[in-house]
Order: sequence, then C-alpha cells, then structure tokens
Amino acid sequence: MAMGEMFAHKHIIGTQQLSKDDIELILKTAESFKEINQREIKKVPTLRGKTIVNLFYENSTRTRTSFELAGKRMSADTINISASSSSVTKGETLEDTAKNIEAMDADVIIMRHSCSGAPDYLAQRLTTCSVINAGDGFHEHPSQALLDLMTIKEHKGKIDGLTVAIIGDIARSRVARSDLYALKTMGATVRLAGPATMIPPGLEELGAEVYTDINEAIKDVDVVMMLRIQLEREGGNKLMPTLREYAQFFALNTENMKLAKPDAIVMHPGPLNRGVEISSYVADGEQNVILEQVENGVAVRMALLYLLAGGSEEK
Amino acid sequence: MNLVETVILDDKAIGRAITRVAHEILEKNSGCENLVLIGIRTGGDHIAKIIHQRILAIEGTAVPQGAIDITMYRDDISSGVVRPLGKTDIPFAINDCHVILVDEVLYTGRTIRAAMDALMDLGRPRSIQLAVLIDRGHRELPIRADYVGRNVPSARDEQIEVLFDENKIPLEVCLMKPKQ
Repeated sequence: MAMGEMFAHKHIIGTQQLSKDDIELILKTAESFKEINQREIKKVPTLRGKTIVNLFYENSTRTRTSFELAGKRMSADTINISASSSSVTKGETLEDTAKNIEAMDADVIIMRHSCSGAPDYLAQRLTTCSVINAGDGFHEHPSQALLDLMTIKEHKGKIDGLTVAIIGDIARSRVARSDLYALKTMGATVRLAGPATMIPPGLEELGAEVYTDINEAIKDVDVVMMLRIQLEREGGNKLMPTLREYAQFFALNTENMKLAKPDAIVMHPGPLNRGVEISSYVADGEQNVILEQVENGVAVRMALLYLLAGGSEEK
Repeated sequence: MNLVETVILDDKAIGRAITRVAHEILEKNSGCENLVLIGIRTGGDHIAKIIHQRILAIEGTAVPQGAIDITMYRDDISSGVVRPLGKTDIPFAINDCHVILVDEVLYTGRTIRAAMDALMDLGRPRSIQLAVLIDRGHRELPIRADYVGRNVPSARDEQIEVLFDENKIPLEVCLMKPKQ
C-alpha cells in the first residue's frame, strides 16, 4: 500500500501530535484487530518475542488490563509493574526505573503517572524503548480518545461533521483533552460543559465551544460523553460543594438526554459513578455504548502496539 | 529500475485457466460438499471470487467464500517497515471443511506458510488445498500447489504481476524483466 500510510511516531504521548492520517491509520488497523477479539482463539503471533512493560504509578483496572490483553493477544510478553509493589517505594527515580526496564530489552513501556508530562520526560531519555502514555496527570490519555473515536465511527459511520458534548470535570480530565484534540483533528464540533469551577481558561483557543448549562450543551448533539467525577482528586482542592448538588445540575438523566438527537449515543470512559454524573437509567439504557468502548479499547491498543513495535527497526 | 513488460496471459487465457482449476477442484473433491474458498488478500480474494462463480455455474452450489489477511503472521514483521493490515473476513466455521486456499502468484511459499498458520488459528480444517493462478517457482519452503493456472518459470530479478480492472476482474498477467 501507499507510502503515505507509514506511521512516523516512535512514542504515543498525546493525540495532539497525531495527524488525521495517523488517526485514520490507527482506526483502520484497530478494525483488523477487532476481528481477532471475536474469534474463539484470540491470539496471533504478530509480536512474538517483543516485551511490553506496563508501568503504572496510578491505579487502573480497564486501561492496564486492556493493554495487557492487547499485548498477550499478539503473543508479546507483557509484564505489569505497579508503583506500590516496586522499588519506587525505596526511592528510585522514574528515570532510573525506566532505564532499568529498558536495559532488560523491553520494546514498549506503557506508562500511567499522576504528573502531567511524565511519559514525555521518559520518551526523551530512553534510547530504544517506545513509550505509550496511558494517562498522565491532567494532560492526555490518547488510547482512550482513540477508542472513543473508533466507537463513534462504528455507530455514526464518520466523525467529520458530528457534534460531541463532553460533560463533567473538564479541568482535571485528561480524557477530555485527548478527545478534544482528536475530535477536532477529525473535523467534529466539540462542546465542553461543566460547572464554572471545572472549566479551565483557554478552551476556546483549542477550538472548543464552552457551556456551563448541561441542557444547552446536550441540545441536538450526536454524542454525549460523560466524564467521571474524580472523587480521589476531590480531597485537596474542592471544585464543587457536594456530590448531590453536582448531580442535580450536571448528571445525565432520561430527561435531559431527550434534548440530544434521537439517535445520539452515550459514552463514558469508566469507572461509572452511578447517580453522580450519570443515572443508572441512562448508563444501562439503549443509547449507551459504554461496554463497546471497552471492547474497542483492546483493539485500539493492539493497533498502537503493532504500529510501534511491529515495524520498529532491528535494534 | 527500467522494466520490459511482457503479457503472458490475457483476460481470456486467465478465464480459461480458472475454469479448468474450478473443474479440477470439483473433480478432486468429488463435488463441493464441505468445500470452502479462502482467498489471500490482496489478489487471491479476487481470484477466489471467480472460482466461486465458476463452481456456481458448474454445480449450481454457492460454496462459502472468505478472505484472509496474513500480515499478522508474516515472518519478516520486524524488518523495519510497518505494513498496513487488511481485514480477515471469514463469516463461517472452517472446522472439518476442505479449505481451498487461493493466491494469485506462488513464489517463495512464505505467504502460504503464514496463511496456513492463520487458518489453523481459526479452526481445524479437514484439509487445506492450494490453488494459484501462477506458479513462478523459487520455493524457499516445502510447499506446492494442488491446482495451478499456469506454470511460469522466472528469474528472481523478474517480477510477475496480475492486473485487475475496477471490478476486480483479472485483466492480464505481466512478466517484467529488468532492461539489460
């Protein structure tokens, strides 16, 4: 196929760096991998002999399992390191930990960290290893955005021209940022909504429309994407008076969902806080595609691993 | 590189060869019971479609037909280029079936090795038989075709290409030699 389909990236730090062609190639590759996940024997030998390390400095169920399955289904060796059970607790620096992993000839490090920019910091310091950002602070979570795009495309047939509302704690959401960049690149209109305390300045400059009323934000959209209220980050710096008040003004329920287009889909990156940002009626309703997002997550991550490790130069 | 192009099969000759191959497949398998056609992307799937039509014309039976992409099973995946993936589309079970694997040009045999591994991951066929439009020799693995449209002895620096029209009907088979 055409040379234009080559993938020029060594690391996946954010969707901000991905072009339209890059995203289209990732989604197309993911479609091919999705077929494997529906087989009886969910395994291909594509990444045999490659080593993939999940280096997680923050808790995760979905993303870590998804990346691990993605690697295993392509026959790579996958290893999980979580900060709490590693030498990090003995005081080792991030750079030293990563360089030690690289010295053991790992091919890809998948990293989640509470500090924005940590994966990029590593990517600049490692020589052979590829780095995939699995969520860094309030910065980006690119694989989540890509699986969101894949799910939207499956339901709507396209992304260009759609209107997507992203609602919740925009300020502290890496998912919102990655989705915003990727959706804008693909030609969608993006509305961001939440309480004024959760809306950072400068979003309009990134091409988003900003709302502080959920009803206005949802009106006539094709996709409603709810964000999780991050209870674990609510401790230090409170952005809302109470959960009950938040739920009253910003939860997605059967009533305000009627304002969206009749065929609109409901998305959520998980884990769900039922009764806070989304009512159970909507979360389990006919328009929800939340578990399809999870399913597509494995395929998208297989595509990322394939594009980074499958074609990398002999070292 | 400058190439001199010779047409070795035109559309009529290709049509006749595929008709003969279809007859041979039916003869060897005593009809088309449990027969499935799986073409290797890209090219083999188009040839498989034509064999499918021929079998339909001869026996009046539409045998299941699918396409397989073998990129994930290649043995040269780390050689420096990312290859775009195609989609495997086999909407039926291949367990206990006689699978006719279809490719356009049989050369080193490495593609066929990959395709057989891919098929084994999908199920346990009763048999796998190989049908190719062109066999150009130079095998690197112990693999041979059961049905051959045309044997074309070739040199390694030559290229053989099957050209299709916009409806994926084969137009001609060309042999391209480097200019001396």
